[in-house]
Amino acid sequence: MSFEVMLRQLTVGFGQTFLIFILTLVFSLPLGMIVYFGRVSRFRPLSWLVKIYISIMRGTPLMLQLLVWYFGPYYLWGMSIGGYKLTAILLGCSLNYAAYFAEIYRSGIESIPKGQYEAAALLGYSRGQTFFKIVLPQVVKIVLPSVTNEVITLVKDTSLVYSLSYVEMFAVAKQIAAAKTTVLPFFIAGVYYYIFNYAVAWIMERFEKKLDYYR
Amino acid sequence: MKLLEMNHIKKNFDGVPVIKDISLSVKEGEILAIIGPSGSGKSTLLRCATMLETISGGEILYLGKRAAWMENGKPEFPKKEERKEIQSCFGLVFQNFNLFPHFSVLKNVTDAPVKVQKRNKDEVYQEAKILLGKMGLADKADAYPYQLSGGQQQRVSIARALAMKPKMLFFDEPTSALDPELTGEILKVIKGLAAEHMTMVIVTHEMNFAKNVADKIIFMDKGVIAEEGTPEEVFSSDNVRMKEFLGKLSEE
Ligand SMILES: Nc1ncnc2c1ncn2[C@@H]1O[C@H](COP(=O)(O)OP(=O)(O)OP(=O)(O)O)[C@@H](O)[C@H]1O
Ligand SMILES: [Mg+2]
Repeated sequence: MSFEVMLRQLTVGFGQTFLIFILTLVFSLPLGMIVYFGRVSRFRPLSWLVKIYISIMRGTPLMLQLLVWYFGPYYLWGMSIGGYKLTAILLGCSLNYAAYFAEIYRSGIESIPKGQYEAAALLGYSRGQTFFKIVLPQVVKIVLPSVTNEVITLVKDTSLVYSLSYVEMFAVAKQIAAAKTTVLPFFIAGVYYYIFNYAVAWIMERFEKKLDYYR
Repeated sequence: MKLLEMNHIKKNFDGVPVIKDISLSVKEGEILAIIGPSGSGKSTLLRCATMLETISGGEILYLGKRAAWMENGKPEFPKKEERKEIQSCFGLVFQNFNLFPHFSVLKNVTDAPVKVQKRNKDEVYQEAKILLGKMGLADKADAYPYQLSGGQQQRVSIARALAMKPKMLFFDEPTSALDPELTGEILKVIKGLAAEHMTMVIVTHEMNFAKNVADKIIFMDKGVIAEEGTPEEVFSSDNVRMKEFLGKLSEE
């Protein structure tokens, strides 16, 4: 196998890696906010349930969660799992990351001083306006570094879907390496991951810079 | 006409009484100063008056309309629209400013009039610029709060409150987070408002200022009004606690 063919196959695999990465973020970033609202709900049973959910998501390996999401429906209800793989992956990754994001949001929101809410109340802002105009923009700035950490972890975590033998870059690399007894595909994949993470860090830094206009 | 009436106000925190049956009223154009030792309940009283805190007894009225009262032993506020209307009667200037850090000075001052009061944007901006000019902040409209001194931040927060066109302003120790030099500039601003007959209730530790600017002074001690009257009356009072309080201050 020529280097070019290898590179082409790995690039196709990277496309899948990127797809999982982006979709997981698209789902888990907003979902984390919903989970947060459940977590701080005054309806006790709900906040309790969400707390348990968060603790399971954070307390067990993502790989195990992926296996449960994928094989669970089959073992439990004999559901056919043929075309369901990507769905299971996105479900597993999004729910897992939403739990982490929810906790990050919570610490950010709790760090907004009470005086901000009081000033907003005095000026007549509604609860919705207070949250979206006053609190949330400040929270975004506070949580951005923690979110960046999670996003970079996610880049690497996408390789876990290999456990469901989903064909993304890591799986492709492993396959070629085994067939051709060469370590080169791992090396190329490593470079891909590294560059990808570098780009992610660069983009997140742009965001942080953009919010540098106030303290 | 009485702008604000507080009748037999009580406030407990976890069963501990902090305000014990306080009644006071403020007429239009009147300036009331509230003084008293730390922990006597001055801030709590302002927080009740501005609806940041529920009361445990009594009633609060603005222009004769009930803003807070008791019903079956529980504190009540008026419904949404009426509450909004009553709230627009007053503004509050905090000890630590509480400006919105992610808004520029101009936006801090203009956002609520536009987004809450739904007033005409151009008009609001024009008025805000005049207001900032009056506060000596004409060149700071585009600055962010972190770029300002404490005194400048406090002037922005006064401008923010005034931009809502309230009928009266509450101040809770507006200068106690400031250096002595900066204190003077805030007191000057408040004196300027007094000259324009702004109705104000001011909690302060600046005795000379209270004496000079207030029409009426209330001396609070341990949750009650221990002494009240004109500045002359209060500062020449024979009240033991008042004398102790003034004595302590002059020792400092
Ligand atoms: N949220 C609260 N929960 C419990 N106790 C409170 C609360 N707020 C105030 N208190 C108590 O109420 C009492 C009066 O407090 P307050 O802040 O009104 O005093 P103050 O006269 O404004 O004092 P200072 O001059 O130090 O500002 C204090 O004993 C304080 O501990
Ligand atoms: Mg106080």
